[in-house]
Amino acid sequence: MAEIRVRHHQGGFTLDIACSLDTQWTVIFGPSGAGKSTLLRILAGLITPQSGRISIDGEPLLDTDAKLSLPAGRRGIGFLTQQPALFPHLTAAENVAFGIRHFPLESRRRRIAEMLRFFGADALADRKPAQLSGGERQRVALARALAPNPKLLLLDEPLAALDDASAHDILARLLQLPTRIVYVSHDVAEIWPLPAAVVVLENGLVTATGPLQQVLAPQRDRLLQLLRG
Amino acid sequence: MDLQALALTLRLAAVTTLLLLLLGVPLAFWIVSTRSRLRPLVEALSTLPILLPPTVLGFYLLVLLGPRTIFGRAAIHFLGHPLSFSFAGLVIGSVIYSLPFAVQPLIAGFHSVDPTLIEQARLLGASRWRMLREILLPLSLRSVAAAATLCFTHTVGEFGVVLMIGGDIPGATRTLSIAIYDQVQDFSYADANRTALLLLGFALAALILLYARRSRTGLSHG
Repeated sequence: MAEIRVRHHQGGFTLDIACSLDTQWTVIFGPSGAGKSTLLRILAGLITPQSGRISIDGEPLLDTDAKLSLPAGRRGIGFLTQQPALFPHLTAAENVAFGIRHFPLESRRRRIAEMLRFFGADALADRKPAQLSGGERQRVALARALAPNPKLLLLDEPLAALDDASAHDILARLLQLPTRIVYVSHDVAEIWPLPAAVVVLENGLVTATGPLQQVLAPQRDRLLQLLRG
Repeated sequence: MDLQALALTLRLAAVTTLLLLLLGVPLAFWIVSTRSRLRPLVEALSTLPILLPPTVLGFYLLVLLGPRTIFGRAAIHFLGHPLSFSFAGLVIGSVIYSLPFAVQPLIAGFHSVDPTLIEQARLLGASRWRMLREILLPLSLRSVAAAATLCFTHTVGEFGVVLMIGGDIPGATRTLSIAIYDQVQDFSYADANRTALLLLGFALAALILLYARRSRTGLSHG
Protein backbone atom coordinates (compact mmCIF):
# COMPACT_ATOMS: atom_id res chain seq x y z
CA MET A 1 0.00 0.00 0.00
CA ALA A 2 1.21 3.52 -0.81
CA GLU A 3 0.39 6.33 1.62
CA ILE A 4 0.60 9.84 0.23
CA ARG A 5 0.23 13.14 2.04
CA VAL A 6 1.85 16.07 0.27
CA ARG A 7 1.50 19.81 0.06
CA HIS A 8 3.35 21.66 -2.66
CA HIS A 9 3.06 25.23 -3.81
CA GLN A 10 4.56 26.34 -7.10
CA GLY A 11 3.87 29.40 -9.21
CA GLY A 12 0.42 30.22 -7.81
CA PHE A 13 -0.72 26.58 -7.86
CA THR A 14 -1.11 24.52 -4.68
CA LEU A 15 -1.27 20.76 -4.63
CA ASP A 16 -2.70 19.42 -1.37
CA ILE A 17 -3.15 15.66 -1.49
CA ALA A 18 -3.86 12.97 1.06
CA CYS A 19 -4.74 9.50 -0.23
CA SER A 20 -3.89 5.81 -0.07
CA LEU A 21 -3.23 3.64 -3.09
CA ASP A 22 -4.21 0.14 -2.03
CA THR A 23 -5.22 -1.52 -5.30
CA GLN A 24 -2.96 -2.87 -8.04
CA TRP A 25 -4.19 -0.27 -10.51
CA THR A 26 -4.98 3.31 -9.49
CA VAL A 27 -6.08 5.92 -11.99
CA ILE A 28 -5.42 9.57 -11.22
CA PHE A 29 -8.16 11.34 -13.14
CA GLY A 30 -8.79 15.02 -13.63
CA PRO A 31 -8.78 17.90 -16.08
CA SER A 32 -5.60 19.47 -17.46
CA GLY A 33 -3.89 21.58 -14.81
CA ALA A 34 -5.42 19.62 -11.90
CA GLY A 35 -1.97 18.60 -10.64
CA LYS A 36 -1.88 14.99 -11.88
CA SER A 37 1.57 15.16 -13.47
CA THR A 38 2.96 17.17 -10.54
CA LEU A 39 1.76 14.46 -8.16
CA LEU A 40 3.48 11.77 -10.24
CA ARG A 41 6.70 13.76 -10.37
CA ILE A 42 6.60 14.13 -6.59
CA LEU A 43 6.04 10.38 -6.18
CA ALA A 44 8.95 9.66 -8.55
CA GLY A 45 11.28 11.95 -6.61
CA LEU A 46 11.71 14.45 -9.46
CA ILE A 47 10.11 17.22 -7.38
CA THR A 48 10.49 17.61 -3.62
CA PRO A 49 7.34 19.08 -2.10
CA GLN A 50 7.44 21.71 0.63
CA SER A 51 5.90 19.27 3.09
CA GLY A 52 4.62 15.74 3.15
CA ARG A 53 5.15 12.07 3.69
CA ILE A 54 5.13 9.26 1.13
CA SER A 55 5.60 5.60 1.98
CA ILE A 56 5.23 2.35 0.09
CA ASP A 57 4.48 -0.77 2.16
CA GLY A 58 5.53 1.13 5.27
CA GLU A 59 8.90 2.15 3.84
CA PRO A 60 9.22 5.96 3.79
CA LEU A 61 10.36 7.53 0.52
CA LEU A 62 9.75 11.08 1.69
CA ASP A 63 9.29 12.60 5.10
CA THR A 64 9.89 16.33 5.15
CA ASP A 65 9.57 16.47 8.96
CA ALA A 66 12.44 13.99 9.24
CA LYS A 67 14.28 15.73 6.34
CA LEU A 68 14.17 12.47 4.38
CA SER A 69 13.83 12.38 0.61
CA LEU A 70 15.13 9.32 -1.18
CA PRO A 71 16.69 10.21 -4.55
CA ALA A 72 14.66 9.23 -7.62
CA GLY A 73 16.97 6.35 -8.48
CA ARG A 74 16.60 4.73 -5.05
CA ARG A 75 12.80 4.79 -4.78
CA GLY A 76 12.19 1.69 -6.87
CA ILE A 77 9.70 3.57 -9.01
CA GLY A 78 9.40 3.47 -12.80
CA PHE A 79 8.03 6.53 -14.57
CA LEU A 80 6.87 6.98 -18.13
CA THR A 81 5.19 9.90 -19.87
CA GLN A 82 3.79 10.45 -23.38
CA GLN A 83 7.38 11.05 -24.49
CA PRO A 84 9.32 7.77 -24.25
CA ALA A 85 12.61 9.67 -23.63
CA LEU A 86 14.75 6.83 -24.93
CA PHE A 87 18.48 7.54 -24.98
CA PRO A 88 18.98 8.28 -28.69
CA HIS A 89 22.58 7.05 -28.89
CA LEU A 90 21.75 3.62 -27.44
CA THR A 91 19.98 0.67 -29.05
CA ALA A 92 16.67 -0.58 -27.65
CA ALA A 93 18.49 -3.38 -25.77
CA GLU A 94 21.06 -0.91 -24.37
CA ASN A 95 18.24 1.37 -23.25
CA VAL A 96 16.59 -1.51 -21.38
CA ALA A 97 19.97 -2.47 -19.90
CA PHE A 98 20.58 1.05 -18.52
CA GLY A 99 18.70 0.55 -15.27
CA ILE A 100 19.93 -2.99 -14.59
CA ARG A 101 23.66 -2.49 -14.96
CA HIS A 102 24.09 -3.98 -11.49
CA PHE A 103 22.60 -7.32 -12.60
CA PRO A 104 25.11 -10.10 -13.41
CA LEU A 105 25.71 -10.24 -17.18
CA GLU A 106 23.72 -13.40 -17.87
CA SER A 107 20.64 -12.39 -15.87
CA ARG A 108 20.85 -8.91 -17.41
CA ARG A 109 20.72 -10.43 -20.91
CA ARG A 110 17.82 -12.66 -19.89
CA ARG A 111 15.93 -9.72 -18.37
CA ILE A 112 16.42 -7.53 -21.47
CA ALA A 113 15.14 -10.30 -23.76
CA GLU A 114 12.25 -11.07 -21.40
CA MET A 115 11.08 -7.46 -21.14
CA LEU A 116 11.37 -6.72 -24.87
CA ARG A 117 9.51 -9.95 -25.65
CA PHE A 118 6.78 -9.12 -23.15
CA PHE A 119 6.04 -5.85 -24.95
CA GLY A 120 6.35 -7.40 -28.42
CA ALA A 121 9.59 -5.54 -29.13
CA ASP A 122 12.11 -8.40 -29.24
CA ALA A 123 12.79 -7.82 -32.95
CA LEU A 124 13.76 -4.21 -32.19
CA ALA A 125 16.65 -4.97 -29.80
CA ASP A 126 19.41 -3.70 -32.09
CA ARG A 127 17.61 -0.62 -33.40
CA LYS A 128 18.18 2.90 -32.20
CA PRO A 129 15.20 5.09 -31.21
CA ALA A 130 15.35 7.08 -34.46
CA GLN A 131 14.61 3.82 -36.33
CA LEU A 132 11.47 3.10 -34.27
CA SER A 133 7.86 4.24 -34.64
CA GLY A 134 6.09 6.05 -31.77
CA GLY A 135 4.41 2.85 -30.58
CA GLU A 136 7.65 0.87 -30.78
CA ARG A 137 9.47 3.52 -28.76
CA GLN A 138 6.81 3.38 -26.08
CA ARG A 139 7.11 -0.43 -25.91
CA VAL A 140 10.89 -0.15 -25.45
CA ALA A 141 10.45 2.61 -22.85
CA LEU A 142 8.03 0.41 -20.89
CA ALA A 143 10.49 -2.49 -21.08
CA ARG A 144 13.20 -0.15 -19.76
CA ALA A 145 11.04 1.17 -16.91
CA LEU A 146 10.01 -2.33 -15.83
CA ALA A 147 13.37 -4.08 -16.24
CA PRO A 148 14.59 -3.16 -12.70
CA ASN A 149 11.33 -4.64 -11.35
CA PRO A 150 10.00 -1.43 -9.72
CA LYS A 151 7.65 -1.49 -6.74
CA LEU A 152 5.45 1.05 -8.49
CA LEU A 153 5.08 2.07 -12.13
CA LEU A 154 3.86 5.60 -12.82
CA LEU A 155 2.33 6.16 -16.24
CA ASP A 156 1.48 9.71 -17.25
CA GLU A 157 -0.87 9.45 -20.25
CA PRO A 158 1.51 6.94 -21.86
CA LEU A 159 -0.85 6.05 -24.72
CA ALA A 160 -2.06 9.53 -25.60
CA ALA A 161 0.20 9.93 -28.62
CA LEU A 162 -0.39 6.43 -30.04
CA ASP A 163 -2.84 5.06 -32.59
CA ASP A 164 -5.75 2.99 -31.23
CA ALA A 165 -4.31 -0.41 -32.21
CA SER A 166 -0.95 0.22 -30.49
CA ALA A 167 -2.65 1.75 -27.45
CA HIS A 168 -4.99 -1.24 -27.01
CA ASP A 169 -2.20 -3.76 -27.48
CA ILE A 170 0.09 -2.03 -24.95
CA LEU A 171 -2.72 -1.63 -22.43
CA ALA A 172 -3.59 -5.33 -22.74
CA ARG A 173 0.03 -6.23 -22.01
CA LEU A 174 0.19 -3.85 -19.04
CA LEU A 175 -2.91 -5.50 -17.58
CA GLN A 176 -1.04 -8.83 -17.44
CA LEU A 177 1.67 -7.39 -15.20
CA PRO A 178 1.75 -8.04 -11.47
CA THR A 179 3.30 -4.58 -10.90
CA ARG A 180 1.35 -1.87 -9.07
CA ILE A 181 0.49 0.86 -11.53
CA VAL A 182 -0.57 4.47 -11.09
CA TYR A 183 -2.09 5.66 -14.35
CA VAL A 184 -2.77 9.29 -15.11
CA SER A 185 -5.39 10.20 -17.67
CA HIS A 186 -8.11 12.72 -18.44
CA ASP A 187 -9.77 10.42 -21.00
CA VAL A 188 -12.74 8.51 -19.52
CA ALA A 189 -13.08 6.24 -22.57
CA GLU A 190 -9.44 5.13 -22.29
CA ILE A 191 -9.54 4.24 -18.61
CA TRP A 192 -13.13 2.93 -18.35
CA PRO A 193 -12.28 -0.79 -18.84
CA LEU A 194 -9.46 -0.72 -16.27
CA PRO A 195 -9.94 -2.75 -13.07
CA ALA A 196 -8.82 0.20 -11.00
CA ALA A 197 -9.51 2.51 -8.15
CA VAL A 198 -9.66 6.17 -9.06
CA VAL A 199 -8.45 9.34 -7.37
CA VAL A 200 -10.11 12.41 -8.88
CA LEU A 201 -8.06 15.60 -8.74
CA GLU A 202 -9.38 19.09 -9.32
CA ASN A 203 -7.39 22.27 -8.73
CA GLY A 204 -4.79 20.39 -6.76
CA LEU A 205 -7.27 18.74 -4.39
CA VAL A 206 -8.67 15.21 -4.16
CA THR A 207 -12.41 15.52 -4.82
CA ALA A 208 -13.38 11.84 -5.01
CA THR A 209 -11.92 8.36 -4.56
CA GLY A 210 -13.31 4.85 -5.00
CA PRO A 211 -13.89 2.15 -7.62
CA LEU A 212 -13.36 3.69 -11.06
CA GLN A 213 -16.64 2.69 -12.73
CA GLN A 214 -18.62 3.86 -9.73
CA VAL A 215 -16.91 7.22 -9.29
CA LEU A 216 -16.70 8.11 -12.98
CA ALA A 217 -20.17 6.92 -14.04
CA PRO A 218 -21.56 10.51 -14.22
CA GLN A 219 -18.66 11.63 -16.45
CA ARG A 220 -19.16 8.59 -18.69
CA ASP A 221 -22.89 9.21 -19.02
CA ARG A 222 -22.21 12.85 -19.91
CA LEU A 223 -19.68 11.74 -22.54
CA LEU A 224 -22.13 9.26 -24.04
CA GLN A 225 -24.82 11.94 -24.22
CA LEU A 226 -22.39 14.22 -26.03
CA LEU A 227 -21.52 11.44 -28.50
CA ARG A 228 -25.20 10.72 -29.18
CA GLY A 229 -25.63 14.41 -29.97
CA MET B 1 59.70 29.57 -41.44
CA ASP B 2 60.75 28.98 -37.81
CA LEU B 3 60.12 25.21 -37.63
CA GLN B 4 61.22 25.07 -34.01
CA ALA B 5 58.56 27.66 -33.12
CA LEU B 6 55.99 25.76 -35.19
CA ALA B 7 56.71 22.50 -33.35
CA LEU B 8 56.62 24.24 -29.97
CA THR B 9 53.33 25.96 -30.83
CA LEU B 10 51.68 22.71 -31.90
CA ARG B 11 52.96 20.91 -28.78
CA LEU B 12 51.71 23.74 -26.55
CA ALA B 13 48.29 23.74 -28.25
CA ALA B 14 47.95 19.95 -28.03
CA VAL B 15 48.91 19.77 -24.33
CA THR B 16 46.70 22.78 -23.48
CA THR B 17 43.71 21.33 -25.35
CA LEU B 18 44.07 17.97 -23.64
CA LEU B 19 44.33 19.56 -20.19
CA LEU B 20 41.43 21.92 -20.91
CA LEU B 21 39.15 19.03 -21.87
CA LEU B 22 40.14 17.12 -18.73
CA LEU B 23 39.49 20.21 -16.61
CA GLY B 24 36.64 21.75 -18.61
CA VAL B 25 34.33 18.72 -18.75
CA PRO B 26 33.96 18.29 -14.96
CA LEU B 27 33.89 22.07 -14.44
CA ALA B 28 31.13 22.58 -17.03
CA PHE B 29 29.21 19.63 -15.59
CA TRP B 30 29.48 21.12 -12.09
CA ILE B 31 28.25 24.49 -13.38
CA VAL B 32 25.18 23.02 -15.12
CA SER B 33 24.26 20.64 -12.32
CA THR B 34 25.06 22.40 -9.04
CA ARG B 35 22.67 24.28 -6.79
CA SER B 36 25.60 25.93 -4.96
CA ARG B 37 25.48 29.68 -4.44
CA LEU B 38 29.09 29.72 -5.65
CA ARG B 39 28.02 28.82 -9.20
CA PRO B 40 27.79 32.41 -10.56
CA LEU B 41 31.20 33.23 -9.07
CA VAL B 42 32.85 30.11 -10.51
CA GLU B 43 31.21 30.66 -13.91
CA ALA B 44 32.29 34.31 -13.92
CA LEU B 45 35.88 33.39 -12.99
CA SER B 46 36.01 30.74 -15.71
CA THR B 47 34.79 33.30 -18.29
CA LEU B 48 36.92 36.21 -17.08
CA PRO B 49 39.91 35.55 -19.38
CA ILE B 50 37.71 36.48 -22.38
CA LEU B 51 37.36 40.03 -21.07
CA LEU B 52 40.78 40.55 -19.50
CA PRO B 53 43.58 42.04 -21.61
CA PRO B 54 46.12 39.21 -22.09
CA THR B 55 48.84 41.38 -20.60
CA VAL B 56 46.89 41.76 -17.35
CA LEU B 57 46.44 38.00 -17.06
CA GLY B 58 50.06 37.46 -18.10
CA PHE B 59 51.31 39.93 -15.50
CA TYR B 60 49.43 38.30 -12.63
CA LEU B 61 50.53 34.85 -13.74
CA LEU B 62 54.13 36.04 -13.98
CA VAL B 63 53.91 37.25 -10.39
CA LEU B 64 52.11 34.09 -9.25
CA LEU B 65 54.63 31.76 -10.87
CA GLY B 66 57.63 33.78 -9.67
CA PRO B 67 59.74 33.17 -6.54
CA ARG B 68 57.84 35.71 -4.42
CA THR B 69 54.75 33.57 -3.94
CA ILE B 70 54.25 30.27 -2.10
CA PHE B 71 53.10 28.66 -5.34
CA GLY B 72 56.17 29.90 -7.21
CA ARG B 73 58.54 28.81 -4.43
CA ALA B 74 56.90 25.36 -4.29
CA ALA B 75 57.38 25.00 -8.05
CA ILE B 76 61.08 25.91 -7.73
CA HIS B 77 61.44 23.44 -4.84
CA PHE B 78 59.89 20.55 -6.81
CA LEU B 79 61.06 21.36 -10.35
CA GLY B 80 64.40 22.97 -9.59
CA HIS B 81 63.52 26.02 -11.71
CA PRO B 82 60.78 28.67 -11.78
CA LEU B 83 57.67 28.03 -13.85
CA SER B 84 57.94 31.40 -15.52
CA PHE B 85 60.01 31.39 -18.72
CA SER B 86 59.48 27.62 -19.12
CA PHE B 87 57.23 25.43 -21.27
CA ALA B 88 55.32 24.28 -18.15
CA GLY B 89 54.62 27.93 -17.30
CA LEU B 90 53.33 28.53 -20.82
CA VAL B 91 50.99 25.55 -20.44
CA ILE B 92 49.59 26.92 -17.16
CA GLY B 93 49.06 30.35 -18.72
CA SER B 94 47.47 28.89 -21.85
CA VAL B 95 45.12 26.67 -19.86
CA ILE B 96 43.87 29.64 -17.83
CA TYR B 97 43.68 31.95 -20.83
CA SER B 98 41.73 29.48 -22.99
CA LEU B 99 39.53 28.12 -20.19
CA PRO B 100 36.35 29.94 -21.38
CA PHE B 101 36.81 28.49 -24.86
CA ALA B 102 36.52 25.01 -23.35
CA VAL B 103 33.91 25.63 -20.66
CA GLN B 104 31.38 27.76 -22.55
CA PRO B 105 30.79 25.36 -25.50
CA LEU B 106 30.60 22.46 -23.06
CA ILE B 107 28.03 24.26 -20.90
CA ALA B 108 25.98 25.01 -24.04
CA GLY B 109 26.26 21.37 -25.11
CA PHE B 110 25.18 19.99 -21.73
CA HIS B 111 22.26 22.44 -21.58
CA SER B 112 21.09 21.30 -25.01
CA VAL B 113 20.57 17.70 -23.84
CA ASP B 114 16.84 16.97 -23.44
CA PRO B 115 16.07 17.24 -19.67
CA THR B 116 13.68 14.27 -19.88
CA LEU B 117 16.65 12.06 -20.77
CA ILE B 118 18.46 13.27 -17.66
CA GLU B 119 15.34 12.59 -15.56
CA GLN B 120 15.09 9.06 -16.96
CA ALA B 121 18.77 8.42 -16.20
CA ARG B 122 18.16 9.63 -12.61
CA LEU B 123 15.08 7.42 -12.27
CA LEU B 124 17.09 4.45 -13.52
CA GLY B 125 19.64 5.02 -10.77
CA ALA B 126 22.50 6.65 -12.69
CA SER B 127 25.12 8.35 -10.51
CA ARG B 128 26.30 11.83 -11.48
CA TRP B 129 29.51 10.37 -12.95
CA ARG B 130 27.55 7.83 -15.01
CA MET B 131 25.14 10.53 -16.15
CA LEU B 132 28.10 12.58 -17.42
CA ARG B 133 29.93 9.65 -19.00
CA GLU B 134 27.03 7.79 -20.57
CA ILE B 135 24.42 10.45 -21.34
CA LEU B 136 25.75 14.02 -21.40
CA LEU B 137 29.11 13.46 -23.09
CA PRO B 138 27.89 11.14 -25.87
CA LEU B 139 25.02 13.53 -26.60
CA SER B 140 27.32 16.59 -26.57
CA LEU B 141 30.08 15.32 -28.84
CA ARG B 142 29.67 18.27 -31.22
CA SER B 143 30.24 20.65 -28.33
CA VAL B 144 33.26 18.68 -27.15
CA ALA B 145 34.68 18.89 -30.68
CA ALA B 146 33.89 22.63 -30.80
CA ALA B 147 35.61 23.17 -27.43
CA ALA B 148 38.70 21.24 -28.56
CA THR B 149 38.89 23.14 -31.88
CA LEU B 150 38.51 26.53 -30.21
CA CYS B 151 41.06 25.74 -27.48
CA PHE B 152 43.63 24.47 -29.96
CA THR B 153 43.18 27.40 -32.35
CA HIS B 154 43.11 30.00 -29.59
CA THR B 155 46.31 28.62 -28.08
CA VAL B 156 48.06 28.58 -31.46
CA GLY B 157 47.29 32.29 -31.86
CA GLU B 158 48.19 33.36 -28.32
CA PHE B 159 50.60 36.27 -27.93
CA GLY B 160 50.21 38.51 -24.88
CA VAL B 161 50.10 35.87 -22.17
CA VAL B 162 52.87 33.83 -23.79
CA LEU B 163 55.14 36.86 -24.06
CA MET B 164 54.53 37.92 -20.47
CA ILE B 165 55.06 34.48 -18.91
CA GLY B 166 57.50 32.89 -21.31
CA GLY B 167 59.43 35.71 -22.91
CA ASP B 168 61.14 34.73 -26.13
CA ILE B 169 63.41 31.72 -25.61
CA PRO B 170 63.97 29.73 -28.83
CA GLY B 171 62.95 26.08 -28.40
CA ALA B 172 61.50 26.70 -24.97
CA THR B 173 58.95 29.51 -25.12
CA ARG B 174 59.09 31.09 -28.58
CA THR B 175 55.82 30.29 -30.32
CA LEU B 176 54.78 31.24 -33.86
CA SER B 177 53.07 34.46 -32.79
CA ILE B 178 56.25 35.52 -30.93
CA ALA B 179 58.27 34.54 -33.99
CA ILE B 180 56.17 36.91 -36.14
CA TYR B 181 56.86 39.72 -33.67
CA ASP B 182 60.61 38.96 -33.83
CA GLN B 183 60.53 38.83 -37.64
CA VAL B 184 58.82 42.21 -37.80
CA GLN B 185 61.34 43.67 -35.35
CA ASP B 186 64.09 42.40 -37.69
CA PHE B 187 62.27 43.91 -40.73
CA SER B 188 61.98 40.35 -42.16
CA TYR B 189 58.54 41.09 -43.58
CA ALA B 190 58.61 38.17 -46.03
CA ASP B 191 59.21 35.69 -43.20
CA ALA B 192 56.60 37.42 -41.04
CA ASN B 193 54.15 37.22 -43.92
CA ARG B 194 54.70 33.48 -44.39
CA THR B 195 54.24 32.80 -40.67
CA ALA B 196 51.19 35.07 -40.45
CA LEU B 197 49.62 33.41 -43.51
CA LEU B 198 50.14 30.04 -41.88
CA LEU B 199 48.33 31.17 -38.71
CA LEU B 200 45.58 32.87 -40.73
CA GLY B 201 45.00 29.75 -42.85
CA PHE B 202 45.04 27.54 -39.79
CA ALA B 203 42.44 29.67 -37.94
CA LEU B 204 40.21 29.86 -41.02
CA ALA B 205 40.41 26.09 -41.63
CA ALA B 206 39.54 25.42 -37.98
CA LEU B 207 36.48 27.69 -38.16
CA ILE B 208 35.29 26.14 -41.44
CA LEU B 209 35.66 22.70 -39.84
CA LEU B 210 33.72 23.90 -36.79
CA TYR B 211 30.84 25.42 -38.77
CA ALA B 212 30.67 22.45 -41.17
CA ARG B 213 29.89 20.25 -38.17
CA ARG B 214 26.84 22.30 -37.26
CA SER B 215 23.60 20.52 -38.03
CA ARG B 216 21.33 22.07 -40.60
CA THR B 217 18.27 23.85 -39.30
CA GLY B 218 14.80 23.62 -40.82
CA LEU B 219 15.43 27.01 -42.46
CA SER B 220 18.20 25.59 -44.64
CA HIS B 221 15.87 23.08 -46.33
CA GLY B 222 13.51 23.63 -49.25
